[in-house]
Amino acid sequence: MPEPTSLMGVQPKFETKGLKAGFRSTWVLKGIDLKIPPNRVTAVMGPSGCGKTTFVRCLNRLHELTPGATVEGEALLDGENIYDRNADPVAVRRRIGMVFQKPNPFPTMSIYHNVVAGLTLNGERDKKKLDHAVEQSLRGAYLWDEVKDKLSNSGASLSGGQQQRLCIARALAVEPEVLLMDEPCSALDPTATAKIEELIAQLKRDYTIIIVTHNLQQASRVSDYTAFFYLGKLVEFDETATLFENPKEELTERYITGKFG
Amino acid sequence: MTASPKEKGGPRSRGDLVLKAVVGAAALGVIAILVGLGVELTSGSWLSLKTFGLGFITGSTWDPYHDIFNVFPFILGTLITSALALLLGLPIGLGVAIFLSERAGRTRGLVTALGSLVELLAAVPSVIYGLWGLLVLVPVMREYVEPTLKTYLGFTQLFNAAPFGLDLLTAGVVLTIMIIPTISAVSRDVLNAVPNSQREAMYSLGATDWEVTRKAVLPYARSGIFGATILGLGRAVGETMAVTFVVGNATALPTSIISPGYTLTSLIVNQFGTTTDPLSDAALVEVGLVLFMLALVINFFARLLVWRMTRSTRFRV
Amino acid sequence: MTSIYQKGRRQEWRRVFDRIMKGLVILAVVIAVIPLVLVVWDVVSQGLPAITLNFFTHNPPSPCSSSQIASGSAMCWGGILNGIEGSLLMVGMATLIAVPVGIGAGIYFSEWPESRLSFISSFTNDVLAEFPTITIGLFIFVLIVETTRTFSAVAGAASLAIIMLPIVARTTEESLKLVPTTLREASMALGIPRWKTIFRIVISTGRSGLATGILLAIARAAGETAPLVVTAGYLNFPPSGLFQPTASIPYIIYNFGTGGDYSNWTTTAWGAALSLVVFMLILNLSVKFFIGRRFAGVRAEI
Repeated sequence: MPEPTSLMGVQPKFETKGLKAGFRSTWVLKGIDLKIPPNRVTAVMGPSGCGKTTFVRCLNRLHELTPGATVEGEALLDGENIYDRNADPVAVRRRIGMVFQKPNPFPTMSIYHNVVAGLTLNGERDKKKLDHAVEQSLRGAYLWDEVKDKLSNSGASLSGGQQQRLCIARALAVEPEVLLMDEPCSALDPTATAKIEELIAQLKRDYTIIIVTHNLQQASRVSDYTAFFYLGKLVEFDETATLFENPKEELTERYITGKFG
Repeated sequence: MTASPKEKGGPRSRGDLVLKAVVGAAALGVIAILVGLGVELTSGSWLSLKTFGLGFITGSTWDPYHDIFNVFPFILGTLITSALALLLGLPIGLGVAIFLSERAGRTRGLVTALGSLVELLAAVPSVIYGLWGLLVLVPVMREYVEPTLKTYLGFTQLFNAAPFGLDLLTAGVVLTIMIIPTISAVSRDVLNAVPNSQREAMYSLGATDWEVTRKAVLPYARSGIFGATILGLGRAVGETMAVTFVVGNATALPTSIISPGYTLTSLIVNQFGTTTDPLSDAALVEVGLVLFMLALVINFFARLLVWRMTRSTRFRV
Repeated sequence: MTSIYQKGRRQEWRRVFDRIMKGLVILAVVIAVIPLVLVVWDVVSQGLPAITLNFFTHNPPSPCSSSQIASGSAMCWGGILNGIEGSLLMVGMATLIAVPVGIGAGIYFSEWPESRLSFISSFTNDVLAEFPTITIGLFIFVLIVETTRTFSAVAGAASLAIIMLPIVARTTEESLKLVPTTLREASMALGIPRWKTIFRIVISTGRSGLATGILLAIARAAGETAPLVVTAGYLNFPPSGLFQPTASIPYIIYNFGTGGDYSNWTTTAWGAALSLVVFMLILNLSVKFFIGRRFAGVRAEI
């Protein structure tokens, strides 16, 4: 797979080599070689069943939690293979945050405790540090002003869009380097979606973002680079503008022009 | 849940009406039984209710020869044995449920085998647990467990009595064995009902398996687990035969956990037929009435809690 | 930035703690299973010596001291004939009462779930299913025993019927609810009246579930002791009349297990326990057999 010219010589944040993933005897991902650039938004798109969600869940070692799941190949985070035999999945997941399709705040915890959920895992008890982290993360998720007076309310008491931003804040609180987003706006209304897209544009300054989306317009609005998957294989990877206006592969072109969904 | 198709308008077949009436009567019968239970138990204990009033449950003397029947010692006995059963049974039952639910899929065969084994525990009739308890467990308690407890913990009143093995502690242990399947089966359903997205959210923050269980799964399921506990409590309170064999059958107020005693249930079974005077019969029926009310309250709350959690009105026991 | 290889004491401790908790969970499972293994082992090992053909054809022995037993006196050996016949009689009668009523109630819960009677009754049914059986026995004691002034097989059967009823009703409801609505609709669209639909189509499709419920209820009733103590009493001989005290296998276990330190009595009790366990096993295995084979048919069809 030829590299986009703008990425020549750039050290990728995440690099997969021959990444295969599946369940029992069927492979969903059939060998992916992809270099994800740092501090950029990379969109992963393709028709249903192409393996885009599976790919992303391999990056934070979530895929293997499903009974019967299988993974082969390498995924290098800053050059280190997260699937190395001695690597600790808990440490890996700490460095990679994830936001899911349907917002999933912890309903038995307050907004405050939702945000610090990841921090308290590591034993952080200092109230000042936690308060600081809460404010910072909620600001970073564009949620602070809306909830600063009701931090002790349940995490589930917010609207859908606010819940999703809460989940983003929760992910940001542990200071990850990579943020994985699996169709984060598909359960939200257009206003909430716009807010989150605005957020993503800001977040890429500090994080490497990989966003799965089936929405072509969103991909072209939000991402710098786009990877197009089809039936478990990586078909094309290029700068978003180039891929959308001048796709190199026929398959890509047919997908973009809506010839199949 | 399948809904029944609405009947079409127009003349209904007479067969429909007959069927509905007949099976409706059966459904009515179920309610009639529960109501009848309350009514008959009250009427059957009338003599005793009149004679002792509230003193029945507050007094501590049970003396058939002098026609005095008070049941406080036995309420205490039921409380102590049930509390013991819950204390021991909840962690074990919950542990089993966590194992079956959270580690499912790692080795599917093992899970189903163990699950069936624990369910088999529930199928063994309680009288057999009682027999085993008397002939196998009691000697062990008497020779090893209780003397040790008395030596090291005897300074507290709790363990300060002669260790004969036939006592509230042994009864509590047998009850524990009996309520473990109840607690674990219901808890398992409750844990399975926790959405996977909660677990995934916690995992992606960088949590270990146990941390995910403790911080994401258990809090979410807590009202259901509480319900499972109460169901276990109901089972412990209502259990008769397993307790009868090992509880020591003493009508005096128990002074420690290793004193012999009675529970409300075992009292009825053991004292039945020892005298044939109407007052003692009425007193025993009144014990049944007390149990009836206890069981109603406990059952009602348990169901409410678990139903809310699993969103269905049916669950295994 | 943390490494992907876990370093640091805090991280190490979290990993260790995780392993400890997993170990505790496994320990819980082991502790839960041990009693079952022990009980089965003891029942088999202690009960097997008692099992001979005579055990099922004779009534229980009188209490004997060890010297009497050693001398081989005939009155020291016996069996559980009275219990077998008594249990058969009472469980049989109870089944005859509980099954029609239970299936009827189950049909009502399943086919008319929207009615308020259905809601209240099925809730009541669930409560009744877990009620202390001794109170059910006392209920029948007041209702029948005090009126007829005798312990009786009828009273025993009545109390067992009440215990069986919720089980039959619940499993009937659940199996009937599994039958797809489309089947009912197809049948009624053909003009078949509702009551015929229910009998011919719904019940026959769900029949293995119904059979399961009946077997489970029988298993439950066969093992119940407490209600029989206050309704059926005991007799050292096979049933002599419907309104006479009647023996049962669980009562034999109770009576001969707690009756005193006579080793031939203890052996009788273990033997009765073994017989009961084997009977339960057969029933439960039949249930598994039914569920495994026939039940699958319902799901495969639509």
